[in-house]
Amino acid sequence: MNGCHISLNGAPLCALGTGALWWEAQSLLCVSDLHLGKSNRMARRFGVHVPPYETRDTLTRLAQDLETTGARQVVCLGDSFDDLAAADAMHEEDRAWITRLQAGRLWVWIEGNHDPGPLDLGGTRLDHLRIDALTFRHIAEASGTGEVSGHYHPKVQVPLRGRMISRPAFLLDPQRLIMPAYGTYTGGLRSTEPALSNLMMPKATAILTGGVPHQVPMPTSGIPISSTAGK
Amino acid sequence: MFKGLKRVIVDEIHALAESKRGDQLFLALARLQSLCPDLKRVGLSATVEDPQAIAHLLARHPDPCDILLADPGPAPDIRMLVTQEAPPWSGSGGKYAIPAVLEEIKKHKTTLIFHNTRAQAELYFHNIWLANDDGLPIGIHHGSLDRQQREKVEQAMVRGDLRAIVCTGSLDLGIDWGDVDLVIQIGAPKNVKRLVQRIGRANHRYNAPSKALLVPANRFEVVECVAALQAVQAGELDGEPRGKGPRDVVCQHILITACAGPFDADALFTEVTGAGAYSTLTRAEFDDCLTFCATGGYALRAYDQWQRLLQRPDGLWQLRDPRASRNIRMNIGTIQDTDTLKVRMKRARGGKPLGEIEEGFAATLSKGDTFLIGGQIVRYEGLRDLTVEVSRDAGKKPKIATFLGTKFATSTQLSARILKKFQQASWPELPPHTADWLALQRKVSRLPEPGRLLIESFPHDGHVHTAIYGFAGRNAMQTLGLLLTKRMEELGLNPLGFLATDYATLIWGLDKITDPNALFEINALRTGLETWLAGNAVMKRTFRACATIAGLIQRNTPQQRKSGRQATFSSDILYDTLHKYDPDHVMMQITREEAMKGLIDFSRIEDMVARVGTRIDLIELNRVTPLAAPLFLEVGRVPVKGMAEEKLLAAEAARLMATAGLPS
Repeated sequence: MNGCHISLNGAPLCALGTGALWWEAQSLLCVSDLHLGKSNRMARRFGVHVPPYETRDTLTRLAQDLETTGARQVVCLGDSFDDLAAADAMHEEDRAWITRLQAGRLWVWIEGNHDPGPLDLGGTRLDHLRIDALTFRHIAEASGTGEVSGHYHPKVQVPLRGRMISRPAFLLDPQRLIMPAYGTYTGGLRSTEPALSNLMMPKATAILTGGVPHQVPMPTSGIPISSTAGK
Repeated sequence: MFKGLKRVIVDEIHALAESKRGDQLFLALARLQSLCPDLKRVGLSATVEDPQAIAHLLARHPDPCDILLADPGPAPDIRMLVTQEAPPWSGSGGKYAIPAVLEEIKKHKTTLIFHNTRAQAELYFHNIWLANDDGLPIGIHHGSLDRQQREKVEQAMVRGDLRAIVCTGSLDLGIDWGDVDLVIQIGAPKNVKRLVQRIGRANHRYNAPSKALLVPANRFEVVECVAALQAVQAGELDGEPRGKGPRDVVCQHILITACAGPFDADALFTEVTGAGAYSTLTRAEFDDCLTFCATGGYALRAYDQWQRLLQRPDGLWQLRDPRASRNIRMNIGTIQDTDTLKVRMKRARGGKPLGEIEEGFAATLSKGDTFLIGGQIVRYEGLRDLTVEVSRDAGKKPKIATFLGTKFATSTQLSARILKKFQQASWPELPPHTADWLALQRKVSRLPEPGRLLIESFPHDGHVHTAIYGFAGRNAMQTLGLLLTKRMEELGLNPLGFLATDYATLIWGLDKITDPNALFEINALRTGLETWLAGNAVMKRTFRACATIAGLIQRNTPQQRKSGRQATFSSDILYDTLHKYDPDHVMMQITREEAMKGLIDFSRIEDMVARVGTRIDLIELNRVTPLAAPLFLEVGRVPVKGMAEEKLLAAEAARLMATAGLPS
């Protein structure tokens, strides 16, 4: 498995380079912030026609992760849809695709701020989910322990030989894990923003997504990450 | 509103003819002409290499256009500044000539000192102040500076308070005030027309010659400056043919037209093709633009319910939601700022604005880093509300500002002149240091020739180096570097990196080239281009510009929130998605057309390969040659990416974890 092995509240986990989280002991794959149907909402709300292929692209990547892991359980950690109208407007073939992916799997849709309310699709709708030592919810709570959440779309910048490498990233400290956004049309919030750096404990780390996931100390607003490579 | 309008005069029309601003203007003139059929158009310019081509752009197609030629006036007094010290082997700053330049400033009333990029202007201004022992009043003016700052400089100049202004192209056009009696160009002008334009800033009295000095920034530019001077004397201007008008501007024109009211597609097509730049636009191409504006024009029909433009039962097109006109109007225009951030002094409630820097540059700054802006060194304090906050920093050497203006490529005509100059038996018109340098190159290797391609191969620093003297201009030589390293990778020659200048590409790696003809096979290069283009940053940058002009990406929206950064995703993602799922989409077509003639400049590689044929001279040497030596001092090395980047990143991640005392 192309991933970075980590542990949260005693649970051994694997942060995949694709941005998904793999919990082998539970055969559980977790993805966050899919934002399916974003193009539909943008056209409806702002009159802009971005290429309408993000749902297809996101589902393609999800299907690949399901195949490589062979996961029996799937947790979508909220904001799975850009809004509920976008979920309703989804193409029939995408809807059928999701149904096929769900076949033979326990599938949980955690509610997010973008997609609260009932969903006309298979799977279980939950506010949050507890399995063993871990709690899955959309937005991190200050007091959470063993908490896996999404919402912030964290990304991290690493200076490398005069360039900046910026990638979506997992943020990890002993208390919680914040997942990167998995959806194709999702931007990112830098880990140096107060919303994130205040939430994470000192000595938090970040795992950059990409071909090979790389773990680095999490850059925070206080102490900028510094690099001597190439100087 | 335009009732009674009789005549429109377009001044400095050559500058508009080269840009999308011009294309948009001429579309707007076509619109005006429909409203006022008797409208007359007049274009003025002092620097046009091909009056017929400009006339074609200006006049309603296919109406004729009268061309009046004025007496060119006295020949300009233009020379190269000869300094005690020889110019350095590389670089573009011209710092060595500062004492001589200060002397010239003292001898004249007002001097304009032109630079090719903003960063160079900043550095030069900083350095000239350090050397300005007499305290001459000298100002700085460029497009990244805050508007107030710029206006202050302009006013001081009008009052005659300044003896010199360090500037960039922002002073190129239309500023005729002041008593400028000398123009100094730092760095080779790259393009003869621009040089003539800049000389024209001096001495605007019609019967007095303009006076100008060229300061080559390095040894190679000495040759380039002399070649440019000879071109000016011969009255030879250069210009690249512009080609068809870009269609992203047509898309925007359609949307703007819809904002004004319902329109008939046939009538609009006639109007658009009445603009010279679009006289060859086909109906099918126009219809693609119209479809794009209406539904996005995707292979997957997704927006029928949310069309932007609707065709009414009477056949006219209109906005589906009239409120959209506000959005569209907020995004009118074709000028693309790179993403810039405002720079301010850090104060309790918003300090003095200083100017702007590129977001990419800002991202490389850490607290405490210093850079130059408006001639002062400032210290980066942090980012607040998308504004870069800085404090004054006295005395430190700055981290160089890399908010580059455009890096111009040397024009085809000027490159040809340089190649021709190389063929002379001796160079009495060049300063001895430069003539000796060329003579030495001829002795140990050979000089590049027109119609042939010189390649030198030599070991240096444990790697095999290959210098290819293509003389195709910076952009094309850069593209050539990317394509050749890709081909070398395929051939197992293990390239490690390359760099490009206007005249050469230098590649280093583990193995040497043995069969250059195979490497320069044009079809293989073209195939390489196709695959390489896909993921290329240049394409993405071009896509962003085109998509913004065409209205796919909105720069300004009324809903824009300050904290909206998390919600926006980069245009690169749109590009990647289109490339994957809809590669023939009209925006991809427009992007390709644009990139090929712009930053990628593949046409100049094709010209070069056609010109050279199989006349490639590969020379193996045991050491660096005189002509190649300056290349080693150039900045802008491009590593060959791929697994190399992952390996570097892995090492860096491990180092950072270890430094932070974290287990990895």
